[in-house]
Amino acid sequence: MSSRNIVGAVFFVIIAVFLFFSALLIHPFGEFNEDNNPEMDQYIIDNAQNQTGADNSVTSVVFDYRGFDTLGEATVLFTAVAGVILLFRRLKK
Amino acid sequence: MMSRIVKTISNIAFPIVTIYGLYVIAHGHLTPGGGFQGGAVVASGCAMVLVAYGSVWTMRKVKEKHLSILESLGAIGFIGLGFIGILLVFFYSSSDGNFFQNFLLKQDVIPIFNEIGKGLSNINTAGVLPLMNFAVGLKVIAGLFVIVLVMAYATRLKGEKQK
Amino acid sequence: MIFNFPYIAVVALILIGLYAVVFKRNLIKIVIGITFIECGVNLFLITLAYREGSTAPIYTASPGGIMSLPVPHALTLTSIVIGVAVLALMLSLIIHIYKIYGTLDVRNIGREKE
Repeated sequence: MSSRNIVGAVFFVIIAVFLFFSALLIHPFGEFNEDNNPEMDQYIIDNAQNQTGADNSVTSVVFDYRGFDTLGEATVLFTAVAGVILLFRRLKK
Repeated sequence: MMSRIVKTISNIAFPIVTIYGLYVIAHGHLTPGGGFQGGAVVASGCAMVLVAYGSVWTMRKVKEKHLSILESLGAIGFIGLGFIGILLVFFYSSSDGNFFQNFLLKQDVIPIFNEIGKGLSNINTAGVLPLMNFAVGLKVIAGLFVIVLVMAYATRLKGEKQK
Repeated sequence: MIFNFPYIAVVALILIGLYAVVFKRNLIKIVIGITFIECGVNLFLITLAYREGSTAPIYTASPGGIMSLPVPHALTLTSIVIGVAVLALMLSLIIHIYKIYGTLDVRNIGREKE
């Protein structure tokens, strides 16, 4: 039992207790009251078919209402593929 | 390389999986799905062919340069569709434009994709969204296939006999 | 029925992943632990999007009634793709480490002055 293992075990127990109590005290599964009422999502459900013309609300959120996040995700995918190809190049002598 | 039975079955199953994946990409604005999900389905079909035929044979047929060019074409198409919304302000000064604007929705000049859906699953709806689905789907197919191919080719065993 | 059951499943996934990252010595097992934490976070995002007695937020042949929230579904899609990209880069670096050092033990890697 080195000192590294004991410090790791103490932090693990602290995080485990914190997560357990937060899972029991959160609001019940599926209920919404005036503390967390979904105003923005209700507006998107009511007006997505007239403003974008698509029947699928999730696609209209991904590409029309929040298209900037999809641009960032496409950049992350391009950077990962460029990194993997760069690591396995064969330099010809 | 695997035996002749495995190669024959993967020859039969590869077109079926590709057609199903392209269906999920193309109907992204009507049913659950879209660019990312359909791209993952087609990439897993390509990985099945890679496992059945061996990485040396596949690297001889498909080089990684061509796949990298395909992925860059998908990214250019996606960003270009976003920038056309700004260019519309310069040409037709009566319309207001933003970045990522839906410019194909309610006009009669270009008669593709310009209606509003009413829950009857008409393909001809929703403006720019199907074109963006195709661009992102092409990018995901090429990206995931080139990751699996490069990692399989770099860790092949030395002295593998070619049948 | 037990209330808050999906939240307890999220906590169990995150704790299993955290145990593998802190207490294991093999590099592959640490990468598997990181993937477990990422799966737990994705499940938590989907669990927040449910309303009582609701269906999918799609208008094609929908049976009517309340619909669940569409914004956390979009955030989960982005999170899954970013998880795949990070996993690909981690595994490529592990292949290079094995070629240079010859071992996958965390305690024998990177100490060259001792």
